[in-house]
Amino acid sequence: MNKILIYTHHQEESLSSGAKEVLAFGSRLASVTEGTVEAVLVGVKPTAGAKEAISYGASKVYTVCNPLLAEYQVDLYADSLYTVFQQSGADVLLLSFDRTGKDLAGRLATRLGASAITEVTDFRTEGSKLTWVRPIYGDKALGEYSTSRKKVVVGIRQKSQDQAVPDSTRTGEIIEVNYSVPEEKVLTKLVVKIQSALSDIRLEDANIIVSGGRGLGGPEGFQELQALAELLGGTVGASRAACDAGWVPSNLQVGQTGAVVAPDLYIAVGISGASQHLAGITSAKTVVAINSDPEAPIFKRANLGVIADYKTVIPALTEKLKKVLV
Amino acid sequence: MHIVVCLKHVLDPEIKPRYFQIDPETNRPDYGDNDMVLDSFAENALELAIQLRDKTPGATVTAICLGDESSEEVLRRALAFTANAAVRVWDSEWENLDGQAVGHILAQTIKTLGGAELVLTGYQASDIEEALVGPVMAEELGIPCVTLVSDLELADDSVKSTCEAEGGYTVVSVPFPAVFTIISSETNVPRLPKVKDIRLARSKSISLFEAEDTDLDKERCQPGVRLERAYVLNRDVNCEILSGSEGTVLADELIDKLLTLKIF
Repeated sequence: MNKILIYTHHQEESLSSGAKEVLAFGSRLASVTEGTVEAVLVGVKPTAGAKEAISYGASKVYTVCNPLLAEYQVDLYADSLYTVFQQSGADVLLLSFDRTGKDLAGRLATRLGASAITEVTDFRTEGSKLTWVRPIYGDKALGEYSTSRKKVVVGIRQKSQDQAVPDSTRTGEIIEVNYSVPEEKVLTKLVVKIQSALSDIRLEDANIIVSGGRGLGGPEGFQELQALAELLGGTVGASRAACDAGWVPSNLQVGQTGAVVAPDLYIAVGISGASQHLAGITSAKTVVAINSDPEAPIFKRANLGVIADYKTVIPALTEKLKKVLV
Repeated sequence: MHIVVCLKHVLDPEIKPRYFQIDPETNRPDYGDNDMVLDSFAENALELAIQLRDKTPGATVTAICLGDESSEEVLRRALAFTANAAVRVWDSEWENLDGQAVGHILAQTIKTLGGAELVLTGYQASDIEEALVGPVMAEELGIPCVTLVSDLELADDSVKSTCEAEGGYTVVSVPFPAVFTIISSETNVPRLPKVKDIRLARSKSISLFEAEDTDLDKERCQPGVRLERAYVLNRDVNCEILSGSEGTVLADELIDKLLTLKIF
């Protein structure tokens, strides 16, 4: 495991939180395997991101710059990452298994003739043998995987790593990759991008989330959750069942599909706790479950449980909090 | 138009943790009497495939499942959803396939079937949750792949897909043929098959493709990852159940507890 290449993408002016997690993972891996960490950035002018990647431990950063790469575009990003990986001579490509990682990991591994492993949360070493650790069966078990090919593409599960502390005194080399954009490869075209207007707080970044599920019985219940969330300075989430029923838009969904969240407080209201939902809240610090069914699996994950009809609890909670929080 | 939908037969993801065991010999769950089901995102993909076919004159749906004989159950379900054909892909020599090997075998099967304009699959299966098969199939077939798709709309020579994006959603357009990995949404809630269709499905035939029936690359059928060890995680938290029964009392208790935890 000599050379680790990390795909780090940036959002606005800063590296994405996923990229920072992967840099932390890569640095940890490199220190155990005596390897090196290099990063790759794709975009219009990724120099600021490159410096940031160096401060998080990359010794070399490849930048692929072109106005046509301003917006993420799966065909071109896959092609440019393939080019850089080959040029860098890396053994491992690490990427955050976030929205873009889910597009890229399988395609790149196949194109590179590499092994692919996704949703990785940790690694283990025994002598020279390295295994990758990841949850399986809806987080009911952990698996340790070895890989059989010389190269490997590894997708790191979102919110599974502590972010490293940047050190701006670190130095590294920035290499601008000569890459001519093969426009004929563009097959996937963005028609429209819609950002949620419901809340200013992204679920992924929220410290407090009040989530509703099928137990709310209809869209009306979400108004009460919204009031509570606003009061707490948090935001509203929902289970897959509530989204699929059309009660709230799907971009409020918390779980394996939807947002993987890590709030300080997660209040699950009328959510039974399907495994795909629980997998999205493994990093939540305190979970409160409010559910009328004492057998609901959510109580196995919750720190505090309220067995009651939410209609009797939420309004009282909101009223009382108004007094406490002034 | 030929629509292929790839299905997976999985251990019921909602199995109670106390019944979930890993067999240390095989590193696989001890299936025992536990239910096996059609993976839920695959079922969303199946529903969407049938809906698209019904809107498109002359279109047909072929359901494919890689698995042993027991997985014919999910193909029967696909036939009860009125899929036009069902293909099971299996060879006793295949062991411990990973997502890449499955992607190769399914892609070659689709070629053997004469190709497809649309290939639909669940975004990820609830057992190993690799989320790899869709993108790998697309790479193998040399066609685009759109992931995390909640809805599809067909035009003359392209497909518009609505996909999950961070903080919202996007609509992207790709030409035929292409692979789409499907997530659940309001529009693809699986139907309840009609009794008549369930009965008809019983008498329909399921084709079997073995390794020799398809042009496979032996090297690509080898898994690139190997599960060395697996163990059950006990994530159960000791949940403190609040004692009150009145809403106002419970609200007071809960606020006290949260204040003690210094959450606000």
